[in-house]
Amino acid sequence: MNVTAFHDVVLVGGGGAGLRAAIAIAETNPRLSIAVVSKVYPMRSHTVSAEGGSAGVVRPDDSLDEHAYDTISGGDWLCDQDAVEAFVKEAPEELLRLEHWGCPWSREPDGRIAVRAFGGMRKMRTWFAADKTGFHMLHTLFQTSLKYTRVVRYDEWFAASLLVDDGRVQGVVALELMSGKIEAITAKAVILCTGGCGRVFPFTTNANIKNGDGMALAYRAGAPLKDMEFVQYHPTGLPFTGILITEACRSEGGYLLNKDGYRYLQDYGLGKPEAKPVLRSMELGPRDRLSQAFVKEHEKGRTIETPYGPVVHLDLRHLGEQLINTKLPFVRELCLKYQNIDPVTELIPVRPVAHYMMGGVHTDIHGATPLLGLYAAGEAACVSINGANRLGSNSLPELLVFGARAGRAAAAYASSAAEPRSAVLAQAEDERRRMQRDLLHKIDGRERLAPLRDELHQSMEQSAGIYRSGNSLAQAAVKLRELQDRFRHVALQDHSRTFNTELMAALELSFMLDVGEAIVESALRREESRGAHQRTDFPARDDQRFLAHSLVYRNADGSCRVEYRPVTITRWPPGERVYGR
Amino acid sequence: MADRIILQVTRYRPEDEAQPTFREYEVPCPKEWVVLDGLNYVKDHLDGTLSHRWSCRMGICGSCGMTVNGEPKLTCATFLSDYAPGPVRVEPLANFPIIRDLVVEIGDFMQKLAHVKPWIIRQEEKPLSEGEYQQTPEELDAYKQYSMCINCMLCYAACPVYGLDPKFLGPAAIALAQRYNLDSRDQGEKERMELLSQHEGIWGCTFVGDCTKACPKNVDPAGAIQRYKLKAALAWLKDIFVPRGAK
Ligand SMILES: Cc1cc2nc3c(=O)[nH]c(=O)nc-3n(C[C@H](O)[C@H](O)[C@H](O)COP(=O)(O)OP(=O)(O)OC[C@H]3O[C@@H](n4cnc5c(N)ncnc54)[C@H](O)[C@@H]3O)c2cc1C
Ligand code: SF4
Ligand code: FES
Repeated sequence: MNVTAFHDVVLVGGGGAGLRAAIAIAETNPRLSIAVVSKVYPMRSHTVSAEGGSAGVVRPDDSLDEHAYDTISGGDWLCDQDAVEAFVKEAPEELLRLEHWGCPWSREPDGRIAVRAFGGMRKMRTWFAADKTGFHMLHTLFQTSLKYTRVVRYDEWFAASLLVDDGRVQGVVALELMSGKIEAITAKAVILCTGGCGRVFPFTTNANIKNGDGMALAYRAGAPLKDMEFVQYHPTGLPFTGILITEACRSEGGYLLNKDGYRYLQDYGLGKPEAKPVLRSMELGPRDRLSQAFVKEHEKGRTIETPYGPVVHLDLRHLGEQLINTKLPFVRELCLKYQNIDPVTELIPVRPVAHYMMGGVHTDIHGATPLLGLYAAGEAACVSINGANRLGSNSLPELLVFGARAGRAAAAYASSAAEPRSAVLAQAEDERRRMQRDLLHKIDGRERLAPLRDELHQSMEQSAGIYRSGNSLAQAAVKLRELQDRFRHVALQDHSRTFNTELMAALELSFMLDVGEAIVESALRREESRGAHQRTDFPARDDQRFLAHSLVYRNADGSCRVEYRPVTITRWPPGERVYGR
Repeated sequence: MADRIILQVTRYRPEDEAQPTFREYEVPCPKEWVVLDGLNYVKDHLDGTLSHRWSCRMGICGSCGMTVNGEPKLTCATFLSDYAPGPVRVEPLANFPIIRDLVVEIGDFMQKLAHVKPWIIRQEEKPLSEGEYQQTPEELDAYKQYSMCINCMLCYAACPVYGLDPKFLGPAAIALAQRYNLDSRDQGEKERMELLSQHEGIWGCTFVGDCTKACPKNVDPAGAIQRYKLKAALAWLKDIFVPRGAK
C-alpha cells in the first residue's frame, strides 16, 4: 500500500471550518505539517452559499449574556451552556480577525462594522457582507490560507474511511478523483470539517456535496453522533430549486403572506403585525416556529398550490428598489435568474426547505471526539451550541470559533502524539480492495444509484420532516434497513479510474444511508417535541425525560444504539420560549 | 414549447478514446430546468458514466462552467428552454486541458490565483484589541466589484490571449490582485505590481473585453487589467524621468 504522505494533522474539508482550523494549526505550531483533503476545491465548499450574516456582539447596547440567552432559548434549552458562553465570547474576536484578513464586511457610513437584525436575536448583532456573507468569508479564509506554506492541499480527494488502530485515529484512506488512486494519508490527528447532510432530504438548500460524509466516517469508526434528530427547515426556499431566500429579507422588513395576503404568523403566537420589523417577533421569530406555522397554514387550506408543492409569499415590494439593491442584491439576482421574478415588483413564492443539521459528530468544547486523535468542527460537529434549533447567523461564527478551537487542540495533541503505526497501512490496503471489489470493478449488481437515492429521500421526507410521528419513523427505520441491504447489490456503469463521479456518488449514498438511519433512530427515541423535533404523538417538551443529548452509536452489525447524556446548564435554567412579547 | 430537447455532450475517457467525441441525449425541458439539470438527468437516468462538476446549483460556487453552444456559461444559471428547440451543445471550458468528459484541469489557474499574493499585506498589523480597520462604504466600493469573483474561469475560456499563451496570468488573477491593491487596509500594492510586471503577457491583452462579457458576476476583469496597465505605464514613465534615488 502506498502512503501518499505523512502529515501531523489531516483536515477533511476545506470549507469555513476546515480552513479556519488549518490556519489555527499553522499559527499554534508552525512546525506541524497540515493536509487539507477536500472533495471539491476549497472555495467551492458550501460555506460559499451562506447569505445572511454572522453573529457576534459588537454594539455597546448589546451584551454577551443576551447573545447567550437568545441562543439557548432559541435552541429550546438543549444547548450546552458552557459551550455557548465560550462561543459568544470568542465570536466577535473571530469576526474581527476576519476583518483584519480582509473580509469585505458591510460598513456604517463612518467606516465601522455594520450589523443587521436576525431571526430570534433580540439585538442587532449580525455582521454581513451584503447578502454574500459566506462567499466573502470563505474566499477571505481561502486566500489567507495561501500564505501558510505548511498547509498542503489535496484538492478533489475524497476521504472514504478513517484509519483507526489501537484506539487511535491515524489518518484517512482517500480517493484522488483525477487519477483514481486510492491511498493512505496518515497523520497523528484528523479533524472532520465536512459540513452538513441536507442531501439526505429531497428538497434542500444544501449543495450536492453535503452528504454527511464526516458524520458517517466518524460513526463507522466508533464515535457517536449527537442530537441527529434535529434538522432545521428554513421557512423560505424557492420552490423546485430549493434555493435559499435569506432571512435577511425579513430582517430588512419583508412580510410573509398567505394566499389571502394576510400576515398569518400573527395566528401562531409570534406577536402582532407591525409595519416595521420587531426583533424576536412575527417574521423575525425562530425558524422552527415559522416552518411549523407554514404546515398549519397549509392544513387550513391557506397556502397557494404550485406544481412544486404549496407555497406562501414573501413580500419585499414595500422595501423599495434601492434598499433591495444595496442590502439584498443576491436575492434579487437569484429571483430573477432562477425563478424569473423581480422582488421589487412581485411576490416571491417560498416554502420550507431542509437547511441545516443541528446534530453531528459528538465533540467536547475543544472539538475533540471521544475517539483519540479524532476532532470535528463546523456543521459536521455537534458541540453543542445549537441545541434543538439553530439561530440564523450562528453557524458561520461557529465555524470560526470551533474551527480554531479544534485546530489548536489537534495541534497540541499532534505535537506530542506518537507516529502512526504501520498496521494502518494494511487496513488501508483492505479498504482499497473493498472499494475496487464492491464498487469499481463489480459488474453483476442489480441496483442503480438514482432509484435508491430517491427512495431514501422519500422515506426521510415522509418520516423526518417538520412534523414526525412514531409510526412514520418506525416505518422509515425498516425502509432504511432494506435500502442498506439493497445498496450491497449496487452496480456502477462507470468503471473508469479517471474522474469517476459515479464512484464518488456511490460512496456518498452509502454515507447518507448511515446518516439517515442515525436521524430516524434518534427521532424515534425522542418521545417529546422540542425545537425542530416535533412529534405529533408527543406534542409537549418533556424536560423530565429528555433534557438530554441523544448519542447514537453504531453496533457491530450496522444497527444503531441510542444513549443519552445530560445537557450542561450553567446560568439559564430551562424556561418557556417566548416570542413576540 | 417542446417538452424535450437534445443535448450533444462531449465524451472523453483518456483510457479509451484518443479524441473527444460527442454523444446525444434527449432530456426533458421544463421551463425551470437549467443545462445542469439536463446533465444530471443524463447521469441519473440515461448514462451513469458522464462526468461533470457541480455543487451549489445557485451560481456561487463556480464549479459548473462549461461551453454551451460555443459560449462559456455557468450551466446552473443557463436555462435549457433558452435554446429550444435545440440541440444544445455542451462542451468543456475552452483553453483548459480536458481530464475527462466535461471536466477540465484547473491546477494552473489555482497557481495563478495564489501567485498574486491574494491576502492583506501590511508593514505592521494592528492588534485585534484595537478593533477594526475603519473602512467607509466608499472605500469598500473601491474594490468591492473585484471581490465578487467566484473563480469560475469563464473569463479564461473567453480570453484570446490565454488561449495563445497559457503563461498569461489571466483576467481573474489580475482582478484578484487589484481587489487587494485597492483595499484601504492593504499595503501590498508595490509587491504585487512587481509580481505582475514579470508577466509580459499582460501587454498582449488588447482590451477586447471578452472576459468582462463572459463574466457572470460583473467583476469586469478587463477593467482591472486596464487599470493595471495604466498604473504600470505611469510607473514606467516615472522610472524614466525621475532620477533613480528619488523613487
Ligand atoms: C444556502 C445556505 C445559506 C446559509 N446562510 C447562513 C447564514 O447566513 N449565516 C449562518 O450563520 N449560516 C448560514 N448557513 C449555514 C452555514 O453556511 C453552514 O453551516 C456552514 O457554512 C458549513 O460550513 P462547514 O465548513 O462546516 O462545511 P462546508 O462549507 O459545507 O464544507 C465542507 C467541506 O468538506 C469537504 N468534504 C465533505 N465530504 C468530504 C469527503 N468525503 N472527503 C473530502 N472532503 C469532503 C467538502 O469538499 C468541503 O470542503 C447557510 C447554509 C446554506 C446551505
Ligand atoms: S472574473 Fe468573472 S468570469 Fe472570471 S473567474 Fe471571476 S467570476 Fe468567473
Ligand atoms: S453549481 Fe455552483 S456555480 Fe453552478
